[in-house]
Amino acid sequence: MKVLNIVEAAYRGTLEEQDDPIIWICSAMKGANADIDVLLRGNAVNYAIKAQDASGLSFGGQEQTQPPKIADDLVRLKGKGVKIYVVDDALRERGIEPSELIDGLDFVPRSKLARLFGGYDQVWHW
Amino acid sequence: MSKTLTFALMDPPFENARSTTAMRLIDLAVKRGLNVNVFAYEGAVYLPFAKQAQHPNAVHGRSLEEENHPLPRAWIAAIMKEAAAKGTKVDWVNCGLCVDERGAGEAIEGVRRGSPADFWKFAEGSDNTLVIGTK
Repeated sequence: MKVLNIVEAAYRGTLEEQDDPIIWICSAMKGANADIDVLLRGNAVNYAIKAQDASGLSFGGQEQTQPPKIADDLVRLKGKGVKIYVVDDALRERGIEPSELIDGLDFVPRSKLARLFGGYDQVWHW
Repeated sequence: MSKTLTFALMDPPFENARSTTAMRLIDLAVKRGLNVNVFAYEGAVYLPFAKQAQHPNAVHGRSLEEENHPLPRAWIAAIMKEAAAKGTKVDWVNCGLCVDERGAGEAIEGVRRGSPADFWKFAEGSDNTLVIGTK
């Protein structure tokens, strides 16, 4: 069974979790031999930007020592054989240049999403 | 042989209608004789939290008994009982790490602790899977 995981809601609890919960569960499922890929759309396309820096969170002197590094998490996920698709219309709408992104992404226009979905047994929209 | 559906839930109770909608779908599946797997991820691990308690509601002008406040843990227990009576099964797995970070370890009977590997196993063994994520 091949499953495409769509991530659209971005930065949902990422500071508390120190990751994105959907990218995390995809990584965990891949470790359990799941045949999965990931599609970033909407605000989640920002996850692929290299220059993100969520460090510096501190409350009452208690510092967060392991801030989320979501672009790095995507690179690791890709290294495990998971394709990372990004909706390029969403990048353009947000003024994000391809040069700002991690390497190895697969870009897909919104108009071709249905065809992409057709290549999977299931599509999970988180 | 009964069909099996898997649900992945993420929302905590008492926050939005998605949790109630999920319960409606699970209940309907059980009523139709289907087996149901549930993987509760993130805040959804509080859906079967055993310490959920009813309360009176002064704004409504009702006592605890009159208010009879709905509790998701009671809904889940009722659906599990309904499934048992029908000879089907509701297999509910709470994400263990999500439970730990929330201190939500006290779940109702019939709920077990697991991991994303259980979710993948559920999905592989099901006729279909519905993810209801937090928005």
